Amino acid sequence: MNASSRTALLEVRGLGKRYRAHRPPVFGGVDLRLVTGDHVAIMGESGVGKSTLLNLVAGLDRPEAGTILLDGVEVGTLDDDAATRLRRAKMGFVFQAFHVLPYLTVAENVAVPLGLLGVARRESGARVAAILREVGLAGAGPRYPRELSGGELQRVAIARALVHRPRLVLADEPTGNLDPRTALQVLDLLRGQVRACGGAGILITHSFVAARTADRVLRLTAQGLAPEVLPP
Amino acid sequence: MNQARLWWTLWRAQWRDRPVRLLMPMLAIALGVALASAVYLVNRGALDEFERAARRLAGEADLVVRGAPAGFPESLYPAIARTPGVAVASPVLEVMVPGFRLFGYSGAQRPITEQPKTRHQVLLPVVAVDPFRATQVQPALLGEIAGNLRAFFRPDGIFLSVRAAGALGVGTGDQFDVLVGSSMRRLEVMGLLGESAYPRALGIMDIAAAQWMFDRSGIVNRIDVRVAEGADCDDVRAAIGRLLPSGVTVAAPAIDNERVASATRAYRVNLDMLALVAVLTGAFLVLATQALSILRRRTAFGLLRALGVTRGALRRALVLEGAALGIMGAALGVALGQRIGAWMLTALAGDLGAGQFAGVAGHLAPRPLEWVAFVVAGGLAAALASWWPAREAAARSPAAALKAGDAGIVLARVRPWRAGFALILLGAVLAVLPALHGLPLFGYGSIAALLLGGVLLVPGIADRVLGRMPTVRHTPTTLAIAQLRGSTAQASIGLAAIIVSFSLMVSMAIMVHSFRESFADWLDTILPADLQLRMGQGGDTGSLDAAAQARLARLDGVTRAEFRRTFALPLRRDATAVQIIAAPIDASTAASRLAIIESVAAGAQPARLPPAWISEAMVDLYGWSAGSTISLPLGRDQVAFRVAGIYRDYGRSTGSVVIPRSAYRAATGDASANDGAFWLARTATPAQVEAAIRAALDAGPALQLRTTTEVRQLSFANFDRAFAITYALEAIAVLIGLLGVSVTAASTALARRSEFGMLRHIGLLRRQVVAMLAGEGLLTSAIGIGCALVLGMALSLVLVYVVNRQSFLWSIDLAIPWWQLGVLAFALLAAAAVTATVSGRAALSGDALRAVREDW
Ligand SMILES: Nc1ncnc2c1ncn2[C@@H]1O[C@H](COP(=O)(O)OP(=O)(O)OP(=O)(O)O)[C@@H](O)[C@H]1O
Ligand SMILES: [Mg+2]
Repeated sequence: MNASSRTALLEVRGLGKRYRAHRPPVFGGVDLRLVTGDHVAIMGESGVGKSTLLNLVAGLDRPEAGTILLDGVEVGTLDDDAATRLRRAKMGFVFQAFHVLPYLTVAENVAVPLGLLGVARRESGARVAAILREVGLAGAGPRYPRELSGGELQRVAIARALVHRPRLVLADEPTGNLDPRTALQVLDLLRGQVRACGGAGILITHSFVAARTADRVLRLTAQGLAPEVLPP
Repeated sequence: MNQARLWWTLWRAQWRDRPVRLLMPMLAIALGVALASAVYLVNRGALDEFERAARRLAGEADLVVRGAPAGFPESLYPAIARTPGVAVASPVLEVMVPGFRLFGYSGAQRPITEQPKTRHQVLLPVVAVDPFRATQVQPALLGEIAGNLRAFFRPDGIFLSVRAAGALGVGTGDQFDVLVGSSMRRLEVMGLLGESAYPRALGIMDIAAAQWMFDRSGIVNRIDVRVAEGADCDDVRAAIGRLLPSGVTVAAPAIDNERVASATRAYRVNLDMLALVAVLTGAFLVLATQALSILRRRTAFGLLRALGVTRGALRRALVLEGAALGIMGAALGVALGQRIGAWMLTALAGDLGAGQFAGVAGHLAPRPLEWVAFVVAGGLAAALASWWPAREAAARSPAAALKAGDAGIVLARVRPWRAGFALILLGAVLAVLPALHGLPLFGYGSIAALLLGGVLLVPGIADRVLGRMPTVRHTPTTLAIAQLRGSTAQASIGLAAIIVSFSLMVSMAIMVHSFRESFADWLDTILPADLQLRMGQGGDTGSLDAAAQARLARLDGVTRAEFRRTFALPLRRDATAVQIIAAPIDASTAASRLAIIESVAAGAQPARLPPAWISEAMVDLYGWSAGSTISLPLGRDQVAFRVAGIYRDYGRSTGSVVIPRSAYRAATGDASANDGAFWLARTATPAQVEAAIRAALDAGPALQLRTTTEVRQLSFANFDRAFAITYALEAIAVLIGLLGVSVTAASTALARRSEFGMLRHIGLLRRQVVAMLAGEGLLTSAIGIGCALVLGMALSLVLVYVVNRQSFLWSIDLAIPWWQLGVLAFALLAAAAVTATVSGRAALSGDALRAVREDW
């Protein structure tokens, strides 16, 4: 296939996680391979370990077994600082509860990742303006989060997740708090932006409608990831 | 639905979830109440003791006739006793006697010259009475001696209080020396007085024995009078008043008590300031913790409101919660305060209180009613502190409270500029008002108003400062500044307690430093000679006659000698006796011997009247002024003087007058002196001259000789000790303020855990989050400390020019201890940064990263 011939952006092999030694593992044997431009949706029952998987990929937690390679770097063995720097440069996050800082304006919120990477102010301003235009919030820069609706807030969060052109965008139920119409708009936007940035995206969702916006849909079980067949 | 049940369930759940959050306000209240009640206890203990002592000695007398310590002829006594309406009159001789413990032996006689040169001296107040009269007027005074009357009449016998016996190191049957004139006499201890009845140092003697022993034959200085039943007290007083020569007054003992209390009032300025620190710091601490605790839970309250809890019910529940916490905290605080108060009194009774608190420590009788009052006050304060944030929380629409992104902006609009400026204006007005009943009440009011006004201005000032902050390309700093901009009011609440305590500490530091500098200048002026001599430190019985003075002035190595006679003279019956200093002084030498602050031009003075110089207190207490004519009851007559100048006298806040010795001698014929100053030849050492003086006088250890350097050192040591307890307690107040800051920091950090989790997700290093928090802590503290410094300086003006002037009756020059203030501010800043860092670390520990997992 075309995708497999390209070098992998994310390569997960035999990943397993167990929270307590004497308890059964959350999951084991998870394999996942993403290349540039891939946008996958992961579904699964509540409590099966979807968020846990994202944490492991993000280097926020350590796996019990298996390896995670992001652009050839072994994420699971990095120390906290190194993992943080990797996230800063190569990942973007979208959360269900938005997590936008209330005391910063929209533009300032979006500019935080650029600030962390030391991007010069002029360039940072231009990139923030551009991404806000992309997500349909042109002109909202000086406003404060409390003046925005939920859908608008999630667009701000998406802009923040993408402004530094990450390789991998991780979204955990980003539309759980939105109405179906807005949710779909936001998800289309997310997929479009991930593509445009030249990275890959993992979307975790419970909704088939949402999953459909992805290129591939996988189901997580205790035994690993398997392709999911969506109902028509 | 039974709402009480619901609230109780919620409250218990909160308690189980985060006990610290509820414990903190309680602890704050406890500390505030502890500080306030401790200071109150000390004040009460001191006052009670003065009153008790005064009452025990005055007994059941209706009127007290009083003269100078030097006394008046006892022939007045029969005249008073015969006055119609007088039931009983009891003559009393009160003397301050320098007493000395004997060494190595007791009982046997030994020449004084063989005894060690320096001996432990105790200034012993002796009250001598006629037991037959006294039992009718002061039954309590003599209760203890009743069974031992024979011993009481021994000419060299004395009864001592346990404290006095301890200080002298003697027991029943032992002997000790007292200084009379320039030689020693020996007394024998006949018995000890009960410690509970006589907590202070005291000796009691037969009046005839005392008159003989202390060379006061025919002299008494007090007569206690009981008015016959049915006679009018005022009429009797007027009748007695007509019998009295000048310098002798008659008054009801109530006024007498007040006089005792007012003599010690000056020292208590210290304690009053501390009480102010305690009450205000405590109140702000309570307000801060309660307000923040309610703000933090506003989302939960939004939910409750959405579920159908009415606005009023929510408000009531919160105020009730505050009151409950307040009552529990206050109960804890009263227990703690009792402890602290007892500790302070022990420290004060040692020598911190300059002897004025001796004997108070054992008498802190518990008063349950006061405890209840403190507990109720604590509950009320906490309920009040909860009322405002409770109203705020209840007034918010539940939708807004529940909306994400609303956090921390609730108070953003609170900028009480107008109220702040109004209070500061009020403070300025109060500062120029005169003393009330001799107390600087308006001065304290001014301080309180300035403090409150200053605290109200802080959010606005913080806004301005943060608005001017340059934008930096350091993400943690940018985030810190942005966070602070969004929550200045909230931060200001957290800072209020430390601003209050630190600014009060700054103002006290400035006042004490100013005082110390002025005190040093004053010492330089009043101690021009090399060697100072005193006969029996401060007692009434030691003196040098003219021949002895002449002998000393002629000694080898002495180039110049000056002798002074000092004594106390009551000028008005409702005021403490004024110290009169007869010194070899004239218009030309006055400026080099006294710290003159105002003088009359020499030409303007009529030559007829001798000059006198008065201390500042005389201006306030007697309305005298430079250039006015005054008259003093010296000898048998009133002698007129012309006030040639006003000087500072840090030794006596109750007033002193310096008159030329020649005028004193002319009026009284008294050529004796009780202190002297010696200028030494360059070739002579102080030790040689001291030896020569001791040899010439043969007064042994009663002669107190000190070099000027020693006197200075001693004076400063006393000075610093007197303020040591102030500093200690203020440090405690500032620490409590700091605790407030750290509680605020810790609780806001906890509340922001999900924010930190998000920041960690998007790439802030752990230490960057900590740095952000430390930066926030440092910045708020810097603003707070800056405000407190400015506020403290403003307060110090009130302290120096109003409170000090009105309570001590002397002026001091403002001097600011920049260096000391700098160190203090820096230490506090460092402490605040450490606090913020620690609470940041705590907030990041554990599963902080998963604080975003409301959704993950
Ligand atoms: N820190 C933890 N310690 C112990 N067990 C945990 C921890 N975090 C998650 N778990 C457990 O691991 C399992 C997987 O949790 P996870 O949050 O990954 O589920 P999820 O698939 O994201 O569920 P949902 O769809 O409800 O968000 C759950 O059974 C959970 O109880
Ligand atoms: Mg999940």
